[in-house]
Amino acid sequence: MNRKKNQKPLGMLSISLACLTYLFLYLPIIMIIIYSFNAKESNLVFEGFSIQGYLTLFQNAVLLDSFWNTVKLAVVSTVISVVLGTLATIGMHRYRFKFKGLINGLLYIPIVIPELVIGIAFLVTFALAQMQMGFVTLVIAHVTFCLPFVIVNIRARIAGFDPAIEEAAMDLGATKRRTLTRVTIPMLTPGIISGALISITLSLDDLVISSFVYGRTMTFPIKVYGMVRGKITTDVYALSTLMIVGTIAIYAMAQFIQKHFEKAHGQ
Amino acid sequence: MEEKKVMIQLKNVVKFFGRHKVVKSINLDIYEGEFLTLLGPSGCGKTTTLRMIAGFEEATEGEIYLDDVNMEGKPPYARDVNTVFQNYALFPHMNVYDNIAFGLVEKKLPRAEIREKVLNALEMVQLEGFEKRKPSQMSGGQKQRVAIARALVNNPKVLLLDEPLGALDLKLRKQMQSELKHLQQKLGITFLYVTHDQEEALTMSDRIAIMNQGRIEQLGTAQDIYEHPVSKFVADFIGESNILEGYVTKTDDATISVRFEFGQLDGIAASEFVDEEMIYVSVRPEHVKYSQKPVKDFHLQGIIKEYIYAGSSIRMIAELPNSQEIILLCHPQDTLPATGTDIYLYWNPDKAVLLHTNEDKLYDLIEDAVLK
Repeated sequence: MNRKKNQKPLGMLSISLACLTYLFLYLPIIMIIIYSFNAKESNLVFEGFSIQGYLTLFQNAVLLDSFWNTVKLAVVSTVISVVLGTLATIGMHRYRFKFKGLINGLLYIPIVIPELVIGIAFLVTFALAQMQMGFVTLVIAHVTFCLPFVIVNIRARIAGFDPAIEEAAMDLGATKRRTLTRVTIPMLTPGIISGALISITLSLDDLVISSFVYGRTMTFPIKVYGMVRGKITTDVYALSTLMIVGTIAIYAMAQFIQKHFEKAHGQ
Repeated sequence: MEEKKVMIQLKNVVKFFGRHKVVKSINLDIYEGEFLTLLGPSGCGKTTTLRMIAGFEEATEGEIYLDDVNMEGKPPYARDVNTVFQNYALFPHMNVYDNIAFGLVEKKLPRAEIREKVLNALEMVQLEGFEKRKPSQMSGGQKQRVAIARALVNNPKVLLLDEPLGALDLKLRKQMQSELKHLQQKLGITFLYVTHDQEEALTMSDRIAIMNQGRIEQLGTAQDIYEHPVSKFVADFIGESNILEGYVTKTDDATISVRFEFGQLDGIAASEFVDEEMIYVSVRPEHVKYSQKPVKDFHLQGIIKEYIYAGSSIRMIAELPNSQEIILLCHPQDTLPATGTDIYLYWNPDKAVLLHTNEDKLYDLIEDAVLK
């Protein structure tokens, strides 16, 4: 209760360190936003306000096309990850089975393995399986790295469950299926939503893994990376600005939903 | 007298968890409209027994009948019983109204009927106006009332209560005890109550089944069990008892003496014991008396070790020569001898209970050894 009162004021050194840290974190981002409104294509001099960068951006058909590819990819892989992740979490929570510890541990490996390795592994696998690189291979790859994050989020919710709550539902006449739809899944919803949002953000900006398996399906990050390799034009700044706004919006939404549910459930 | 209808019947019910035998052949008839309590220390199998009746656990052996129907293989949702859980187990994502309506919605009753029943149930537990509250916005006592309403609104044949007051503080617990008892009498629904709190069991129950190590040690009314415990365990578990261990010497067919390490009782009317048998003599503190002169038939001498003031009474702790302590209840108005005084202990022989030492112990040891 009194924690704020008991906190000591910061010293000068700590203040300057904190300022420097935040400057390094946010100055480049702010610069990008400012330069996205530059009238001339220059990253040294600001020559006046213009939205030309944004207009060019929206006339770039290839770029827009790749953007829709990425959105489709994110939605499809998130839906698959969430369905699989929810079922997996409930299953792992409810049942005892052999090698549970091992299976559990293996889930987290994709989180810690370098993306480069995962990318190469997929490339080799798909090549061996003689699969045509494209949307399908992208979805498989994205589900693989999104799934652990979805499970981690849902598991955080399910860990606090009183098993008696599901028993209470059955006791009151709900069959197993009704218990799942009326009690278990609604109680997991906040975890499912935050897991889905993380999955969407991860999928939207994945570059490394996608670049190994995209075939002819150009994704947005790959396209942008290609554009940056030449001269950095104003429309790239404009694009980056839009992406910053979009990502912050998704993040804020996740936080909001989490808070909202915490309030409603008091957990 | 009218024949009472059996609502729940347990026949030789056994439950194993792995190789561990948690419930060892329980036979129990629970009558319609009765408040029966399963009382015992933690790990005695009482909750497991309740959960087998609810359908959360399947009995390994034996049969459970609810209103003459064998419950074998029936899932919880197909049994006409409802449970009140220890930690309430309310649905956190639903408000009070939806929590109570849950079972009625599953029964697909018309909306208007559900509404009427839920509102009645809320009135019954004195929570009118709380429909829109979320469980997180309620106190422990209120949550437990919701849990009770949620179960009773379905008008079950039996209400199962698994230590429902365990999480409440003492004062609230006392209040809820009497409310539950009144509710049960008013509704006439059979209550099966599980607790480890002997005082709770004594005040609420029509009958109590004392459980120990997976068995029912004694079944009877509170008074029966308090006054005539059948084993050392029951005497010890229910209320307070002074228990002395001694050996029988038969005087004739109808009287025995009991030898203790320090002392002896003579002229006890008892015929069911054999010579040299080891027995327990159990006496409640309120029945033990003291004298400063020797008492006929009682050769039990001790010294007053200390007094403990307990409001309406004073507890005298007397010590026997083998340093076993005997507790006596005294009135605060009495002039009490100083500590260190030599006294002779005695009691009305009718008030003492003589118990065989537990032969089952050996049987249990053998059984456990065979299973391992």
